[in-house]
Amino acid sequence: MLETLLAHPYLAHPFVAGYVVPTVIIVVQILAIVVPLLVAVAYLTYAERKVIAGMQLRKGPNVVGPFGLLQPLADGLKLFAKETILPAGANKLLFLMAPMLTFILSLIAWAVIPFDQGLVLADINVGVLYLFAISSLGVYGVIMAGWASNSKYAFLGALRSAAQMVSYEVSIGFVIITVLLCVGSLNLTAIVEAQRTIWFAIPLLPMFVIFFVSTLAETNRTPFDLPEGESEIVAGYFVEYSSMAFALFFLGEYANMILMSGMTSILFLGGWLPPLDIAPFNWIPGPIWFFAKISLVLFCFLWVRATFPRYRYDQLMRLGWKVFLPFSLFWVALTAGVLVTFDLLPKA
Amino acid sequence: MTDLLAEYLPILIFLVIAVGLSAVMVAASMIIVPQKPDSEKVSAYECGFEAFNDSRGQFDVRFYLVAILFIIFDLEVAFLFPWAVSLGNIGIFGFWSMMVFLGVLTIGFVYEWRKGALEWE
Repeated sequence: MLETLLAHPYLAHPFVAGYVVPTVIIVVQILAIVVPLLVAVAYLTYAERKVIAGMQLRKGPNVVGPFGLLQPLADGLKLFAKETILPAGANKLLFLMAPMLTFILSLIAWAVIPFDQGLVLADINVGVLYLFAISSLGVYGVIMAGWASNSKYAFLGALRSAAQMVSYEVSIGFVIITVLLCVGSLNLTAIVEAQRTIWFAIPLLPMFVIFFVSTLAETNRTPFDLPEGESEIVAGYFVEYSSMAFALFFLGEYANMILMSGMTSILFLGGWLPPLDIAPFNWIPGPIWFFAKISLVLFCFLWVRATFPRYRYDQLMRLGWKVFLPFSLFWVALTAGVLVTFDLLPKA
Repeated sequence: MTDLLAEYLPILIFLVIAVGLSAVMVAASMIIVPQKPDSEKVSAYECGFEAFNDSRGQFDVRFYLVAILFIIFDLEVAFLFPWAVSLGNIGIFGFWSMMVFLGVLTIGFVYEWRKGALEWE
């Protein structure tokens, strides 16, 4: 069926065969990433409510559909049906661009994430650098939203959030460097393959912990959710948003959480590799292992939210600059020193 | 060269699709759903008060300080990326060169710590 379709004379035309067909294939691949991702985001919001409800001995959403499973769809539809309010004092274009930017960045980062050996949209050899760049750009969405809203809460929330995100990005950078020292490549597939003998979470355990805590701060999650601390600045940088503009912020934030969990899995938990390369474990396909690891890290995100009270802002900055930064800098030097001394470095 | 560009083509197409998707989501809602703005609805939210003054006023200078420190350390990380990848080939000399550089930066870090640039009270 497919063969006869591909042998059609129209497709044999050099322009069609050279440009149109590859583009269509890429578009299908992209949709195969985006659609499951958006479903995952929807059900992450559901899982969050259910998990926290369970930890607080409540039932959580249980009315819309069986076990409340249609709740995310109902929420999405409700947001869609709301009026998009453009505040009079706002810078309208920037105001609408900010949530779009957040959402776009959280989607396109997935282009380089490998789901299995060779199962990656763009296998570029600077994968880590690309992810690092995209997550750095995330701060622009927040700054634009806070400034364009022309509202005090939004402005304060954006300032806090921007300062927090850049502070923790420095230690994320150092953590990534220690992993790169052990791998000798910026390619994400190579990073996963380098963990065949042992997952980096074990030899680099302190870095793994720092990375996880920094991702909490980077995605503005509890206990670092001061930018949207509802008891003092209402919702922070998206206080003026409504309808789909708000929904895009929401989707982007949760897609970022999944992305950060994916990065944690790839850098420290062996990506798609099974825990042990023996019989019952290696029967299960790689993408399922990857999914299981992402789910585990996401569960920890939710667990932390249900457990810890919010940090104070000075404590937050102290932790980032006076604890994580010196410690991760020290650990970079230590890792490099050990690898050089015992001649364990990967050689090209 | 074309192979290199071909690797990045999916990312470009992905960017186009992501921009289109987000624009459609916002625009569809604005077009389909009735929009009835009035002066109260579009005023800035301030817990029910009239806004006292412009929201883009003064703010704490420490935020600038954090931004400047971030630039220094993020540049340092940018220097470390190629070093970390090629350390196996540049050997002990490459290692000590970077340690000297990190040492200089650590002196700067200690200085700003002692000066109180990292304090928030």
